[in-house]
Amino acid sequence: MSESSGLVPLPYSPSEVEALLGEGGARTLLSAYRWMVLARTLDARMQALQRQGRVGFYGAATGQEAVNVAAGLLSAPEDWVFPGLREQLVALVRGHPLPTYVHHLFGDALDPALGRNMPCHPSARDVHYVSMSSVIGTQISQAVGVAQAMRLRRAAGVVLAFFGDGATSSNDFHAGLNFAGVLKVPVLFCCTNNQWAISVPVEHQSAVRQLSDKARAYGLLGHRVDGTDFVASYAALSGALGRLRDGAPPELLEFLLYRMTPHSSSDDPGRYQPPDWAERARRHDPVARLELWMSENGLLAAGVREELVSAAEASVRAAIEAAEATALPAESTLTEDIYAPRGPKLMGSGRGTETG
Amino acid sequence: MSSLTLVQAINRGLAEAMRTDPDVVVLGEDVGTNGGVFRATEGLFKEFGAERVVDTPLSETGIIGSAIGLALYGLKPVAEIQFLDFIYPAFDQIVSEMAKMRYRSGGQFPCHVVVRTPYGGGIRGGIYHSQSTEAYFCHTAGLKVVVPSTPADAKGLLLTAIHDEDPVVFLEPKRIYRSVTGEVPDGDHRVPFGVARTVREGTDVSLFAYGAMVPAAEEAAAVLEKEGVSAELLDLRTLSPLDESAVIASVEKTGRAVIVHEAARFCGFGAELAALLAEKALYSLKAPVARVTGFDTPFPYALEQLYLPNTEKIVAAARAAVRAA
Amino acid sequence: MAESSVTPARAPPESVELPVPQVENALRTMVLARVLDERAIALQRQGRIGFYAPHSGQEAALVGSALALRPPDWVFPAYRELSVALVRGVPLQAIVDQLWGNVNDLSKGRQMPNHFAFRQVHFVSASSPIGTQITQAVGAAMGMQRRKESAVTIAYFGDGATSSNDFHAGLNFAGVFRTPTVFFCQNNQWAISLPRARQTQSTTLAEKAEAYGFAGVVVDGNDLRAVYSAVSDARRKAVEGGGPTLIEAQVYRLGPHSTSDDPHRYRSDREVEEARRGDPVHRVEEELRSCGALDQAGIDRIWEEARSRVAQAVTAAESAGSPPSASLFEDVFATLTPRLREESEAAGTLPPEEGRSR
Ligand SMILES: Cc1ncc(C[n+]2csc(CCOP(=O)(O)OP(=O)(O)O)c2C)c(N)n1
Ligand SMILES: Cc1ncc(C[n+]2csc(CCOP(=O)(O)OP(=O)(O)O)c2C)c(N)n1
Ligand SMILES: [Mg+2]
Repeated sequence: MSESSGLVPLPYSPSEVEALLGEGGARTLLSAYRWMVLARTLDARMQALQRQGRVGFYGAATGQEAVNVAAGLLSAPEDWVFPGLREQLVALVRGHPLPTYVHHLFGDALDPALGRNMPCHPSARDVHYVSMSSVIGTQISQAVGVAQAMRLRRAAGVVLAFFGDGATSSNDFHAGLNFAGVLKVPVLFCCTNNQWAISVPVEHQSAVRQLSDKARAYGLLGHRVDGTDFVASYAALSGALGRLRDGAPPELLEFLLYRMTPHSSSDDPGRYQPPDWAERARRHDPVARLELWMSENGLLAAGVREELVSAAEASVRAAIEAAEATALPAESTLTEDIYAPRGPKLMGSGRGTETG
Repeated sequence: MSSLTLVQAINRGLAEAMRTDPDVVVLGEDVGTNGGVFRATEGLFKEFGAERVVDTPLSETGIIGSAIGLALYGLKPVAEIQFLDFIYPAFDQIVSEMAKMRYRSGGQFPCHVVVRTPYGGGIRGGIYHSQSTEAYFCHTAGLKVVVPSTPADAKGLLLTAIHDEDPVVFLEPKRIYRSVTGEVPDGDHRVPFGVARTVREGTDVSLFAYGAMVPAAEEAAAVLEKEGVSAELLDLRTLSPLDESAVIASVEKTGRAVIVHEAARFCGFGAELAALLAEKALYSLKAPVARVTGFDTPFPYALEQLYLPNTEKIVAAARAAVRAA
Repeated sequence: MAESSVTPARAPPESVELPVPQVENALRTMVLARVLDERAIALQRQGRIGFYAPHSGQEAALVGSALALRPPDWVFPAYRELSVALVRGVPLQAIVDQLWGNVNDLSKGRQMPNHFAFRQVHFVSASSPIGTQITQAVGAAMGMQRRKESAVTIAYFGDGATSSNDFHAGLNFAGVFRTPTVFFCQNNQWAISLPRARQTQSTTLAEKAEAYGFAGVVVDGNDLRAVYSAVSDARRKAVEGGGPTLIEAQVYRLGPHSTSDDPHRYRSDREVEEARRGDPVHRVEEELRSCGALDQAGIDRIWEEARSRVAQAVTAAESAGSPPSASLFEDVFATLTPRLREESEAAGTLPPEEGRSR
């Protein structure tokens, strides 16, 4: 999607890709690419809307698509996903409808969570994509709990827990990985190391040689993967998920990424990133890298890219139009869902100012 | 005097303290090269260097725990928690350690940490960038809890906090970080703790507010004046220690009290004020004490404006109080 | 400070080898601590003190590590570190007064037994929540860096505390800022009823340091000399700017977790008996005997002396009164707030003086 000069090429021959992705590898690539194009389109469109004040906030995942798509494609319906900040695409690939997600971004009446959260914090029960807070790290120990429940119920399925490099410093990273090591439950820890926690570079986040080395402190295995290489990400996830499903202990996968956008719509990276960062990130653009490989290996016929882009634009546009035409959630929803429906009544006479 | 926004005043206060006292260090997430996500620490990194303006890893536990260690050793740490909503990983350090260190050691180990953190709603921040949970801290013996509402107070209270001997939770109303501007004294300006500010005097009803609710209450008082109701407005400024005598004196004069805060009502700070009035000013009251507060729901996103107290709600409560007697 | 004032410890010798006279001194402290442990448990059973957390089996780790420290260093203890305080020069009486929480307790009877604070020897106030001292030790070490002091902080904690939030945050900060901190983990194999193997899946606790980019070492915590030299090395590295070290001292908790605990519910007598064979106090006795520095009579005298010192301290502590009621309201803040003054008046415990509470 971007210019290909200086791009770090994917280092595979077609037969190596077939070997890594398994049979039908070419089809997997095409489907992955289609999702990536959609994600890129959505990110670009929503960032523009945010600047126009039409949505309140947006946190792009540009540069992290390869991991998200691979996880979405490889996870089974019975699996559960605990997102970090930038894994909304996993929910979409797992089947959460794009229009529903866009309703969430606008916080309207058709948002399944009734506009209770900031944008990019969807709750998608339909695809076992768990409601997230903005509080860094808390999902990690929760994911271990779900994995423990799966074990207790002898249920099929594994749990994928996503979090950023910054989150490795959180309390819940420590507790989560420690519990997982002791309990040996089926959870896969996926650290999306985009090398920045807002303005703090990863070298300043921890003195460890690489984040995947932290696994050993919990008796776990850790691996580092090029997260901007779809093939490598897919192969690593496929291997790890396979081992987990066979009953192996939990693992930590560190996906090395490049944050290609500001931290969020409220951030100005010019203040802290080195001048060559954007260029380094661009050379590792996961979508462009995949696209280049596919074109060079005859998997992207002329015009296919344009078709996919215009299809993505159309579906994003339609979803936005639908959301903008939808009203805000009813005021009465303010006091719903705090407790189970039969729980205590709140605020006595309802809403509005009460005095005395 | 300089004309500054509230966040600029905080920035000036920090710089002033750091210039005059080499023991003052600032630590937190993104406070260094980035100047803080709200720019409260803008320029400090350049002026004072990485040793005194410390970008920390992403751990509130680590920020407050190490700030406590710095303080025990004799330095004056000013820790920034990026949003009050993210303070809970450090709650243990704040309520079990920082607040109790002096007491539990028989006075041997004072622990003068300042924890600065933006709080409150009105910025479309959703559940986790909007909450007002000052009551948790006010409930904890050993903590001082401060909430400025003007640029001058922001600087003056911050400098008092930094040079205080006790730990201070310094809550910054982020919604008015940039929307209020005011004259701020230059240099080492200090505003004492435990003294409320009379924003305007009145005779019919007392409005009690703090933080971002002060401008809303001020507007309400202006509206009421047009209706012939004379409202007195107190900006509490320090919730702990509370200026009890000012609160009582005001109600003894007006006989009516309207308490305003963004936080949820149940066990909110207003409950303490209402109890204080019941204990010490009951016979001066001509009308039931009224509270204009957030609802007892989590902080919403889409329906934020419904949740937040505002001028109309305050006016309505004051009117009702005046009508009651 | 109250009457039982405290003097700083003398500096240990330069060599990392502990000379025999030092070992003999160490033995005195270890025996004193052991005697106090046994006495305190009995006193608790008799209802004369409220609680006690013994450290039997950990004396070599505690005394050996403390001997490697210097006066400007700061100690961030958990609740089994009274022998560290003894080594740093805190009088036995001050420790026993804390167990009673009497009027002479430097902490004014504000905490349960074992939660000591001795400002003059930089022994920081201990609390009950597990692990909280670890980040604080790192912060104080940042302060030492800032003030360019040639000193270290040492944080004491147990195997259970390696699971705490503050362990993770503290070691991570220490790694990033290369603070002069010694993390001294006494792996006594139990966190109340939870055995070490179920606390974490890592092979050793020491290797957790690698997750934070610095070295961890395992040391036989029953070996006084080995502990002394490990802490001396870590200390030297730290003051030379080499950053933190995590030391895992492998010991065994010979007693119950505390007087409220019944270890028979979760571990066998045989296991304890086996561990007793490594008893660090006996090991040091053996060493001194075999090198001819002490004979059995000399050792017996050390025990006798310890018993009589403890008995004396107990008598004195028990006969001292409680802290004055007005002290309930002191030290909440540096000065009494109007509200606290009012509460104090209402409680009939008029504050002793105007203004400052201390
Ligand atoms: C407990 C907590 N502290 C601080 C924040 C503010 N904050 C939001 S995102 C972020 C950085 C997260 O970095 P990382 O984990 O690397 O994820 P990334 O944004 O790079 O994907 C911070 C500090 C927060 N949300 N939660
Ligand atoms: C945060 C916290 N959780 C639980 C407890 C209760 N508790 C007291 S001691 C202890 C075990 C501590 O084990 P370890 O760290 O190995 O130290 P040890 O007692 O063996 O010296 C527990 C669970 C506590 N004090 N603090
Ligand atoms: Mg990151």
